Amino acid sequence: MLIHTIARRELKAYFTSLIAYTVIATFLAVSGYFFYTNMVMFVMFVGSDVRLGLWQQTFYDMRFVLVSLMPLLTMRLFAEEKKLGTIELLFTSPLQDVDIILGKYLASVLVLVLMLVLTVLYPILLAIVFSVDIGPVATGYLGLFLMGSACIACGLFLSSLTENQIVAAMATLGVLLLLWFIDWNEGIAGAATIRVLHQLSFSEHFLNFIRGVIELDDVVYYVSLTVLFLCCTAWSLESRKWRGRA
Amino acid sequence: MYTIEAEHLTKFYGSARGVVDLSFTVERGEIVGFLGPNGSGKTTTMRMLTCFFPPTSGTARICGHDIVREPLAVRRAIGYLPESVPLYLDMPVRSYLHFFAEVKGVPSRQRRQRVEETMQRCGLEQYAHRLIRKLSKGYRQRVGIAQALLGDPEVLILDEPTIGLDPRQIIEIRNLIKELGSSRTVILSTHILPEVSMTCTRVMIIHEGRLIAIDTPDNLMRRIQQTPRILLRAHGPEHELIRTLAALPNVRSVQRTSTGAAALDYYQIDTEPDGQVMSEIARVVVEAGWQLQELRPLDITLEQIFIQLITDEQTGPRPC
Ligand SMILES: Nc1ncnc2c1ncn2[C@@H]1O[C@H](COP(=O)(O)OP(=O)(O)OP(=O)(O)O)[C@@H](O)[C@H]1O
Ligand SMILES: [Mg+2]
Repeated sequence: MLIHTIARRELKAYFTSLIAYTVIATFLAVSGYFFYTNMVMFVMFVGSDVRLGLWQQTFYDMRFVLVSLMPLLTMRLFAEEKKLGTIELLFTSPLQDVDIILGKYLASVLVLVLMLVLTVLYPILLAIVFSVDIGPVATGYLGLFLMGSACIACGLFLSSLTENQIVAAMATLGVLLLLWFIDWNEGIAGAATIRVLHQLSFSEHFLNFIRGVIELDDVVYYVSLTVLFLCCTAWSLESRKWRGRA
Repeated sequence: MYTIEAEHLTKFYGSARGVVDLSFTVERGEIVGFLGPNGSGKTTTMRMLTCFFPPTSGTARICGHDIVREPLAVRRAIGYLPESVPLYLDMPVRSYLHFFAEVKGVPSRQRRQRVEETMQRCGLEQYAHRLIRKLSKGYRQRVGIAQALLGDPEVLILDEPTIGLDPRQIIEIRNLIKELGSSRTVILSTHILPEVSMTCTRVMIIHEGRLIAIDTPDNLMRRIQQTPRILLRAHGPEHELIRTLAALPNVRSVQRTSTGAAALDYYQIDTEPDGQVMSEIARVVVEAGWQLQELRPLDITLEQIFIQLITDEQTGPRPC
């Protein structure tokens, strides 16, 4: 109930401060551009195999846009409240930390969902011309959603560590990029190490989704990353109790 | 049962002192003023009572709930105005209050009415739709106070509620506090001395993180004003003037206040408590032809109270 109260306030704040519009518009514009150029390329060079290849390519591109935009969406979540001092109001209201954390998380996830839903326009447009295979498109979106949610949880945690929004955004981007590129070093790491790094890689776990396959361990990876970051946030809020400040 | 019972509340920020060993009780219907200079620990104490952070040691009970073990129950019982008056600047006043009404668990059917009532009480009706960002400091303060009142809390904790308000608003807020104090318990902090004597039923004086006195304003004044001071401005031969006045009954001592050329003609006279000596001094000065220019009792200042209480403390403990 209170999660819902917090989430609604956060959503309102997203839309009155124009952050949500800006992030969504950027996402639509950039992924629209990728979609268009990919389509042109496929039509010109590949011919009829638009059905799978185009989606793979477009989802490849969209996840980059997603990873670079999510930190901007999440940076304000706690940092702004700390800067304004309103965190003191939340912490002295009859709210539990978990209400605050999940409320804020939920609000960002809803913006993410809205963002993704708006891009469904592209496959619909395409479906008018070509027949579109729904399966890989749906799994691709599921992948984007799971990955975006993990990014949000990561951003939420880092936002809870600072009162500076820019610092929160940069740190989030840093962590996400590190997770992304963690297995891109075949040259120096041994095969065994690489196998472990693959397991940790943000990008590696995305591949099956765009191939139209839902693997349990991919889902588990993103979900557990999300839960891990949410727990870190809870721990970070809890730390005020022994550090003596918000 | 006491509404607030604090037992050895202590807070250290790392190794820095917040407050040390605070014990006190507050009964229902009291308005208690925390008085203390900057950095004495007023805000720290309030933040512990509101469960913003737990004490390093010691504890307190508010309405029977322990602040360490039952923070949620405590928060339900209190309304809090933090010192910096934090607000969501991008929200209109009404939605802001609606949000907190919801957070404080006001049932949805009563919420609208409660918000409207509170806005009226704090004089905010005409600003209901205004963004908080666009309100003046005084009106932001009112929104903060309205937020504290929303849940109809048993205990109100207000950190410097009248700071930044204009004189008329100060009076309004003080009246509001007094009105609330009749049915609830109020704790407010301030460094304005008259505020305490005007609104509070009891005063707690905190200095360097320690509670050095807790008493009614009247008793406190009496204790401190044991040697009421009078300021005299007159022009006459210094030694003779001092000798003559010092010889008057009920006068303890006369001193020339020696601060710069402008103060040359000022004298400070310490008198016995309850000694009515003003008229006597006036008569003597006038009769001697010393050009009486000013004669008035010196108001005690916050500084004097502290100096007095601290020296009291050092010379021997007094029962609080
Ligand atoms: N977050 C913090 N970290 C470290 N020390 C702190 C912190 N907050 C307060 N203090 C210290 O604790 C002491 C008490 O501070 P507090 O804010 O409670 O004073 P105050 O009585 O409210 O003062 P003021 O009248 O200026 O508001 C001060 O010495 C202050 O430096
Ligand atoms: Mg303070």
